[in-house]
Formats: sequence, structure tokens, C-alpha cells
Amino acid sequence: MSVQTSRRDFLKTSGAVLGGVLLYSSGPIAMLAPGRAWALELKSLTKAEGEALLRFTRHLYPHDGLEDAVYALVVKDLDTEAAKDKEVQALLRKGVAELNSKAGGNWLALAEREQFKLVEAIEGTPFFEKVRSTAIVSLYDNDMAYAYFGYPGASFQHGGYLHRGFNDLDWLPEPPPEASPPAY
Amino acid sequence: MSKHKYSYDDDSVVVIIGSGAGGGTLANELCQKGIPVVLLEAGKRQSIGTFINDEWPSFHQLAWLDHRTTSGSWRIAKDFPNLPAWICKTVGGTTVHWAGASLRFQEHEFKALSTYGKIDGANLLDWPLTLAELEPYYDRAEKKMGVTRTNDIPGLPGNNNFKVMYHGARKLGYQDVHTGRMAINSRPRDGRASCLQIGFCFQGCKSGAKWSTLYTEIPQAEATGKLDLRPESHVAKIEHDEKGRVTGVLYFDKDGNLHRQRARIVCVAGNSIESPRLLLNSASSMFPNGLANSSGQVGRNYMRHMTGSVYAVFEKEVHMYRGTTMAGIITDESRHDPSRGFVGGYEMETISLGLPFMAAFFDPGAWGRKFTEAMESYTRMAGMWLVGEDLPQESNRVTLHPTEKDQYGLPVPNVHFDDHPNDIAMREHAYKQGQAVYEAAGAIRTYRVPPYPSTHNLGTCRMSARPEDGVCNKFGQTHDIPNLFISDGSQFTTSAAENPTLTIVALAIRQAEYIADQMNKRAI
Repeated sequence: MSVQTSRRDFLKTSGAVLGGVLLYSSGPIAMLAPGRAWALELKSLTKAEGEALLRFTRHLYPHDGLEDAVYALVVKDLDTEAAKDKEVQALLRKGVAELNSKAGGNWLALAEREQFKLVEAIEGTPFFEKVRSTAIVSLYDNDMAYAYFGYPGASFQHGGYLHRGFNDLDWLPEPPPEASPPAY
Repeated sequence: MSKHKYSYDDDSVVVIIGSGAGGGTLANELCQKGIPVVLLEAGKRQSIGTFINDEWPSFHQLAWLDHRTTSGSWRIAKDFPNLPAWICKTVGGTTVHWAGASLRFQEHEFKALSTYGKIDGANLLDWPLTLAELEPYYDRAEKKMGVTRTNDIPGLPGNNNFKVMYHGARKLGYQDVHTGRMAINSRPRDGRASCLQIGFCFQGCKSGAKWSTLYTEIPQAEATGKLDLRPESHVAKIEHDEKGRVTGVLYFDKDGNLHRQRARIVCVAGNSIESPRLLLNSASSMFPNGLANSSGQVGRNYMRHMTGSVYAVFEKEVHMYRGTTMAGIITDESRHDPSRGFVGGYEMETISLGLPFMAAFFDPGAWGRKFTEAMESYTRMAGMWLVGEDLPQESNRVTLHPTEKDQYGLPVPNVHFDDHPNDIAMREHAYKQGQAVYEAAGAIRTYRVPPYPSTHNLGTCRMSARPEDGVCNKFGQTHDIPNLFISDGSQFTTSAAENPTLTIVALAIRQAEYIADQMNKRAI
């Protein structure tokens, strides 16, 4: 199935928005967010395609407590690449279309376990790998993910960890000074 | 007429290609002796101010990302087919990225063939150099770099990651466990600050506590007035005359213009993939197999150390990312003890990765709950890196790709690698021991992590006593061409168990003495 982006298609997809609401109102991500709602403007994918890719990414890298807003960052990067590269756009659209087709029309309407089976079935395919290899970078390389996993990120501007707990582990005995001399 | 310190036609200069541990140190040592040096570096000049505490952007800033290909059964060829090595393209070379571990080789490691005996499939050879000969230069290197636990420099304080490894190691019975010999200031020294435990050693040290030629050797060389450093200068070819002596180099500047810089002597220090590539790309009708390649060994014997990591999850918080990336070591297994089922030994060193790189390198290609369960435990993880002697094999080699070209139209390098059975046996032992250390410390889960794109790259222009066995002599002077030198880790005859940088620096100090002496005698 070839995908040609006609002007009509372009007009249909431009302005598509993927959106949601934060689930965990007192979670680490909510602490960072200006509000509970989030939105992602899509440049080349439809809203339905964006939603499918988000859910697909959740199956690839399931972190139950991690907000959809973070997975949306993966969709954002896929969408940006698709906007620049027609082949990527075609790969993603075809991938989503095939998921829907195998699901009998709407992959998103399936129960989670059934959705997962169809994800598993296409492991290693170019569509699967495109989403996976994008997700492995984008999902774990943003402030919201840092907050969720408890990784503080940059450190030098705070003077490093010399006075911020670099050796504060207290559930094991201290090594002797020959092994671990005192800090300066 | 060049806009540089030395004119393009000045054939009295020593041209050094690459500004890392080898090239940067050699440049400074020669300049201190009054010798004019043109230092050509493919990368840009960054600074402590421009380093980034953020793994992916830093990687894009510092890493060598010119097109490369891979082949062979190593997992890298499948998971990272265009990234055989995680090394640098920047002024300072890989000394910007390295973790600072500065260990001397052991005596027997210079005599790998005599000690281990002939091993099927391995191209073992003794170095044409002994520990005793290198010791005075190790002394000078340790002083130059400010290696902790030498020269009355105290060891670094252990971070949380170290505490976990220490406890498990001692419980298991390991004896030699401490925060390592690190080229990271534990006190202010040499005009540089002491360590702030920033935790982004791999991304360039933003306190300057970690030694790097970028802000030590190179400014010192510049202060002599003898150094002409040219960043963004990518050497394409080394030229020679009808007598077979090198006469200069052709290099592309940042605008893609080609220049010819003449030279009295050329020293190649582009790390172990680019250096042999350059020699091979410099083939001519007189040297159809590439420069300095009468032995056929240019590009061969590529070594990357037996490596692998073990990460472990505990019930309580560790926060291993806080502080130095690698100030922690167990040396017990670095001995040669064939009763373990392999020759050579390995070091066990603390390591930490940030969240983004943990995701990327923990289990490349993996997905699903088993993967995410590990990531969810990130702040309760400790980690160690296993570094051991891998055996040189002739078939592990850097060659010119038959069809793929780089941005200048030059053939790109292909890195072919297969583990030797000895490497596999050593890695299996090391994984088991690493897991046992963490279990002794109370780990609830341990993980074996495969080798990263190689941060140690060695052996592709190796030293040998006889010209038929290698590329250069005990001073890194190529057997075939007296005014062509190898000045980086490509020289290594064998890989030893230890991180290579200290030895590269020691060899550079020694090579500078030799070059100066040869120049004084007008031998080259």
C-alpha cells in the first residue's frame, strides 16, 4: 500500500493534537508540570496514529506509574522524524494500519492483553524497531522521566555531589580509610 | 602561506595526528624540548565550560561519529553496527571522556607469549620492551597526571557505589579493594581543582580534577610557543618520497579544503581504528598495502579488552550515579592463574551510567517488563565493569570498507571482531564473580550486561622485535619508515588486564625522548 501525501491529506492531518491528563496528581511528574492537562501538536501523523503509537510504546516499555505525557515525547520524536522523512512517515502509517487490520479494525479497542499479543507478533520488524529504537532514547532522556526514576540529571551547577550525598549510603558499614580515604 | 604558526612548507616540524593521551602528551614533551610541533586534531576544541552534564548531548558533542562499519560475531556488530567504539573526536581525544583509571601493566603482561605459551587462534607476542624499561616513564606519567596513591597523593573517597562493591568484595574474600589509582585530583594540584564528585566523568570533567590533555598537556605545550594546534583538521593521507620516507600529510580543514603540511617526522595517534585506517588509506605504488605494512599487520590484532558489566539491585537506595564513575577497584583477579580456565587476568572496577545510557546499554534491543523492572530499580542499583586481557587475533582487524566512503570520499574503516574462547571463558568467570560480590552485599537481583562499544581500542599497529611480526619497534618507530611513528594505543603488542591510558602516556614520554635524540643525531 503506497502512501501519498496529497494536499487533502495534509490538510486533514495538520493541526492534529494528542492530549491527556496527568493521572498522578501528587506524583513527581505533576510536581514539574504547570497543569494537569498536556497536549502534543502533531505535524505529520493523525491523532489516531499518535494514540496508537503511544500505546504501542507503553507495551514496549511498560512503566505502570509513568504518565502518558512521557510516552507522548516518544510520539513527538517519531512525528518530527516522519515530518522530515517521507519513508519514515510511510513506515509508521503502514505499521499502525497493519496493527488495526490484524485487530479487525481498531487495535486500540482491543483488551490490553490482546493488544500486547499483536505487538509481540511483530517483534524485530522495521516498524517495531523504529518505534523501539526511538523510545529507548526519548523515553528515558527527559526531565519527567528523570523525576519518575529519581535521577537528578546535571550536577556540576550544584557543586557536584561532594556535599550532596555522594557517600551517604548508611545500610552498609563504612570502608576503612586505607580503602576509602576521607574526602577533601 | 598558511595562517598558522608554521607554514605549510615548513618541513622542520613534527606533525602529530591526534591530540589524546598519546598525541597530546607527545606534543607537549616535544615542545618542552624546543621541537616545533604541528598537532592536527579532527575534532573541535571544547573546554571545561562547554562540557555538558547530559549523556546524549555530550555524546554528540564529543564522540567520534564519522561513519564506521562492523563485522564478526561480536554483539556490537548486531546492536551497534556503526558504532564499534565509544571514543572521542575532540581536542584532548579520549582523555576528555575517560574515567581516569591509571594502572601500570604487570611484569608478565609484557611477556604474554612467553608466559601464556602459544595458544591456538591467538597471535600472541612478547612486547619488545620490559616493565623495567618502562618504569621510569610510568613514574613520570603518574607524576604528570597526578595519579592517586602515587606521589603522596591520597586516594579518592569512596562513593555509594564503591561502598557496595567494597562490602561484597571483602565478604567474598577479596583482598585488594580500594578507590583505585585515578588520575583525578583528590587535592588541588597542578593548578587544577580537586574532585567534586560530579558524577559525569565520561562527559568531560567540569571541575578539571580529572587529567585530560585538553587542559594540561596542550596549554603547557602552547605556553612554550612551539605548538601549532589545528583543530577540525582531518588527515586524509600521509605522503612519502621516492626513498620511502614520509614527507608530510594531506588534511581537510573545517571548510573541506585540502592542505598539504610538510613534515620532518609524522606521528600517528588517531586511536586504534583511525590510525591503521590512515596508514591503509595512504597506500601508494611503492606501498600498495599501505604505509609501514610490510608485515601485513597494520589493522590486525585489534583488541578491545574482555569487558562486560554487572549491575545489581538492592532493597535500599544506592544512587550509584553520585560521584566518580570509576573510583573503585578489586585487583585480585588480575593475576595470571590458568587454574581458573583462562590465561591472563581481569580487573573489577566500579562503573555507573546515568538513566539515559543505562536504558541504551543495559540490554541493547531488549524491551518488555523484564527490562522495565530493571529500569524501575535504577536508584537501588550498583554497578561494576570487568576489564580483562583479550587475546590478539590476526582476524580481528580494521580494514578499509570496499565500497562505503566517508564525508570526504575516503574508504571508511570496518572493524571485524570475534571473541577468542579465552575471552569467553574469562568473561564468564568475571560475570560470576561480579554477581557473587553483589550477592554477598545483599543484592536481590543481579544482571550481566554485555560489552559496550569499545572504549579501549588497542593493538592495530603493534610493537614487535622483528619487523615481520608487527608494525613498529620498541619506540613506536615503524619498522619500514624511520620517520613515521605510532604514538597511541595501536602500539600495544598485547592488551594486559589494565586500562591503557597510563601506559600510552608513559610510552609517549619515552617516545619523545627517542625522537628528540634521533633528531639531534640527525638520524631522522
